[in-house]
Amino acid sequence: MEDLVVRAEGLRKRFGKTQALDGVDLAMRRGTVLGVLGPNGAGKTTAVRVLATLLRPDEGSAFVAGIDVLKRPQDVRRVVGLTGQYASVDEDLTGVQNLVLIGRLLDMTGRDARQRADELLAWFDLAEAGQRPAKTYSGGMRRRLDLAASLVGHPEVIFLDEPTTGLDPAKREDMWGVVRNQVASGASVLLTTQYLEEADALADEIVVVNHGKVIAHDTPDGLKRRVGGQTLRVRPADQSRLPEVLQVLDAVAAPGMTAVRDEAAGSRPGAASVPVTGDAALAGAITQLSRSGIEVTELALHLPSLDEVFHTLTGRTKTEELV
Amino acid sequence: MSTQTATPPALTHHSVAPDRPKRSMPALIRHSAALAQRSLIKTIRTPEALIDVTIQPVIFLLLFTYLFGGAIADGDRHAYLQFLLPGMLAQSLAMGGVALGQNLNADIEKGVFDRFRSLPISRSAPLVGAVLADVIRYLTVCVVMLSFGTIMGFRVETGVVPAIAAVALSIGFGLCFCWISVWVGMLARTSGAVQGIMFLLVLPLTFGSNVFVSSETLPGWLQAFVAVNPITPLVGAIRGLLVGGPVAGDLLQTLAWMAGLLVVFVPLALRAYAKRA
Repeated sequence: MEDLVVRAEGLRKRFGKTQALDGVDLAMRRGTVLGVLGPNGAGKTTAVRVLATLLRPDEGSAFVAGIDVLKRPQDVRRVVGLTGQYASVDEDLTGVQNLVLIGRLLDMTGRDARQRADELLAWFDLAEAGQRPAKTYSGGMRRRLDLAASLVGHPEVIFLDEPTTGLDPAKREDMWGVVRNQVASGASVLLTTQYLEEADALADEIVVVNHGKVIAHDTPDGLKRRVGGQTLRVRPADQSRLPEVLQVLDAVAAPGMTAVRDEAAGSRPGAASVPVTGDAALAGAITQLSRSGIEVTELALHLPSLDEVFHTLTGRTKTEELV
Repeated sequence: MSTQTATPPALTHHSVAPDRPKRSMPALIRHSAALAQRSLIKTIRTPEALIDVTIQPVIFLLLFTYLFGGAIADGDRHAYLQFLLPGMLAQSLAMGGVALGQNLNADIEKGVFDRFRSLPISRSAPLVGAVLADVIRYLTVCVVMLSFGTIMGFRVETGVVPAIAAVALSIGFGLCFCWISVWVGMLARTSGAVQGIMFLLVLPLTFGSNVFVSSETLPGWLQAFVAVNPITPLVGAIRGLLVGGPVAGDLLQTLAWMAGLLVVFVPLALRAYAKRA
């Protein structure tokens, strides 16, 4: 049998009129990252709160590290770390005090708790800020402190609820590094996100949820095959050269695909894009564009947005479903 | 951040929880003490949050002694101060507990308690810890009122031991009474609402009592309320311990009230906390 560190079956939870979880099954293999992808209100946070024992489901069962979440929540709490969507650090306490408090609540001795706090602060680049109250921290520093707080007890299973929402791209990459390091040192990570790019960068497997239901469970590659892989988008500086750009893109298109003008709602007109299969397409396009002397103001490879993923998986767009 | 480059070996994961040293103290007390320390740090860091147990009771004491004292006690302000101060001590203790419910409500709103709930500690430890830390506020009320009262001319007429007993009783009552505030803090939607609800309770209890005037001067229906008001025996006991007079009856009644408050409001507060996800 597979070594599943998180196993949930048929989770249901209703808040008033909202069916937050409508029969969710989850499975995460030990030592891997499971990405739970979905829009706001899909039930991601509710699922994490159930698994981290903060919330009892109305129906269903869940096991974390082999322990029954409903029957032995206190034992589950010993092996999990949770970082919520909103950094739940204590603003009046310093970085050190925040972490030492967690250590003492985990029954470490005062000295061990202090040592662990210093170690984590150094690791998260907060050593210098360690003696300042957390209310003086920037958003990114708070996030890091919050994540450090969830790692004090060397958890086997780490739950990260939208760990990078609201962070700038550089800080996001830092957070990704933290997640990879945790996995490298033996932890299993379940993270929720609204970005396919993030799930693709970190997860071994991705679960897509919508309206409290799992609508897909696949590897990142498998999911990308289903929703279409990368898209190459080019925006010429001179709009009159757009037809030439379309020709260039057609030449590097994935089999059976053609380049189109970007006319999707919300996107700025004046660019063209094409589905491609590999990074070679990018190099090919660059060579051809420079040979033709076409100046560009944008040239990028994109993964499909969450909207596009949903469109493909459900045949409807997210915005339509909200109506 | 240098996270990608350096991975200290200390961060390796144990497949079992780290060894826990055997401690004699029960987990609830140990965890509550750690959480009480957290509340104390917050108190020290925001001294302005102590206004309700320092400047406010002093202003009340000045106001009632010099503005109303002459009229109430036929011009004998010293006699009125001797009568008033023990009562105002009780009032300030009841009011001092209001902030606790407000703070807990704010903590829950901010998500700090989510972290505690995800840790393997007793569900009640965060509440018990916060209540324990409130001892410092009740002690502050006692010290401030007795010191400032002494400057105004108040004199303890009994002795050191009864005076210490009065302070101990005050703090003890404060610790029991504040569970009402904790309960309201768990139920109310905002910390402003906690204050509103608590003052709706505390004002009639403290003014409709023997704090400011002797209950013989009151109309019959109000005397009936004063007689069943828990603040009345508390004031009687503190008065007896500080300026003399009978103590035993009021003291027993107060202790009974304290036990009653704990029996009713601790379970209510814990249940409301458990429900509030």
